[in-house]
Order: sequence, then C-alpha cells, then structure tokens
Amino acid sequence: MIRIHVKLFAILRDAAGKPELTLELPDGATVHAAAVALGEEVPALAEHLPHTGFAVNRTYAGPAQVLVDGDELAAIPPVSGG
Amino acid sequence: MPASPDLILLSPAPLDCSAAVAFVTDPAAGAIDVFLGTTRAERNTAGQELTALDYEAYVDMATNQMRDLATRARAKWPICRLALLHRTGRVAVGEPSVVIAVSTPHRADSFAACKFLIDTLKVEVTIWKKELWHDGGATWVHPKTT
Repeated sequence: MIRIHVKLFAILRDAAGKPELTLELPDGATVHAAAVALGEEVPALAEHLPHTGFAVNRTYAGPAQVLVDGDELAAIPPVSGG
Repeated sequence: MPASPDLILLSPAPLDCSAAVAFVTDPAAGAIDVFLGTTRAERNTAGQELTALDYEAYVDMATNQMRDLATRARAKWPICRLALLHRTGRVAVGEPSVVIAVSTPHRADSFAACKFLIDTLKVEVTIWKKELWHDGGATWVHPKTT
C-alpha cells in the first residue's frame, strides 16, 4: 500500500469541507486510480472530477502517471487567476 | 541555483505598481510595458453587485509556475527585467489582482512578452478567484474546460 497526501482547492475544498486528506492506494496506483478513489471517499467531489486536473508534487500530471508513497497529489479545478 | 533576476511575488498585501516599474527600470531598456488586471464591477443575475474577488492559490506550485513563465518569456524575447506579481485574498473593485512589468530594448518585445505572461498565467497557474456579492453570496469562477 502507498499513502498519498491529497490537497483540495477552491470549489473542491468547499465541496469536501476540508482542504486535505490521505488516501491509501495499492502499489503502482496511477493518478486516474487516485481520482476514482477520491470520488468514492468523498462523494461530494464526484460531480466535479470530470473537470479536475491533477498535479503530483507541484507539477501537472496526466492520468497514467504512477504514484509513489508520500506523493502530494493536488486536485486542481479549472484555474481562474488574473 | 542562481538568484532569479526577476521579481516574482504571490502576496496577500496590496500590489505596488510603481515598485514593479522601478524594479524593471534598466538603462538597457527602451521600453517598459505594464499590465494591471483589476477587479471589474459586475452585477449577477440576481441583481447583486460584486464587492470583491477573493483569490486562493496553491502557493508552492503557483510560485514555481510564475518563475517558469518568466523563464519561458526570457527564452522568447530579449527581456532586461521582469516583474510578475499576483494577489491572494480579497481584492476590492478597482484594485489590481495582477501586476506585470517587462522591460526590453524595443517596445514590440515588451508588449508581446507582457501579453504572453498574462495570457499564459490565466490558463496555467494554480490560482482561483471567488466572486463575493453584496448580499454575502459567493461564487467560484471555474472556466469550463473540455
């Protein structure tokens, strides 16, 4: 098993009611698998996940990227800075 | 890593436009281009007036991204000095949420670099705004992507 530190921002944090959580995933789990697990762990996030991107350790990551123990996975809704 | 020659700042404090201009002032430059993004007065469908925008950032990543934007701009244009500042927290109507200043030898490059920096920041950097309405309501701004 690996433990992943998940950070939630903006509408995702409001929907979840918390800024972060920890996910336990099987070895070799991908970003996509983590997203599925996140929707199961926090059902309020499910409707937003189709529009959510991810970053691993502060760099944008695709769904196939493999996670390792201790990674910081950020769930990133569409950005609106500026 | 060498010290960055650029001023990159994500700050909860009001942005100082003249400090950004002073930072990019350079004897090698013949042009300084400045962009300010400011909170625009709005009215929502319920007739409520906007009082402020509230900015949230994934600070560590956004700061890295802003540094990367500066590096990418320097690869494209002969930039003398560059300042890229963005607010977090509440920004009232009329106040700036972003200040970009670029100096280059000739004006075409500073215009182009400034446009690249704001256009790319808006679609890449991990910052979000929430609209705060007069009646206490609040709405996250999340552009729909495909």
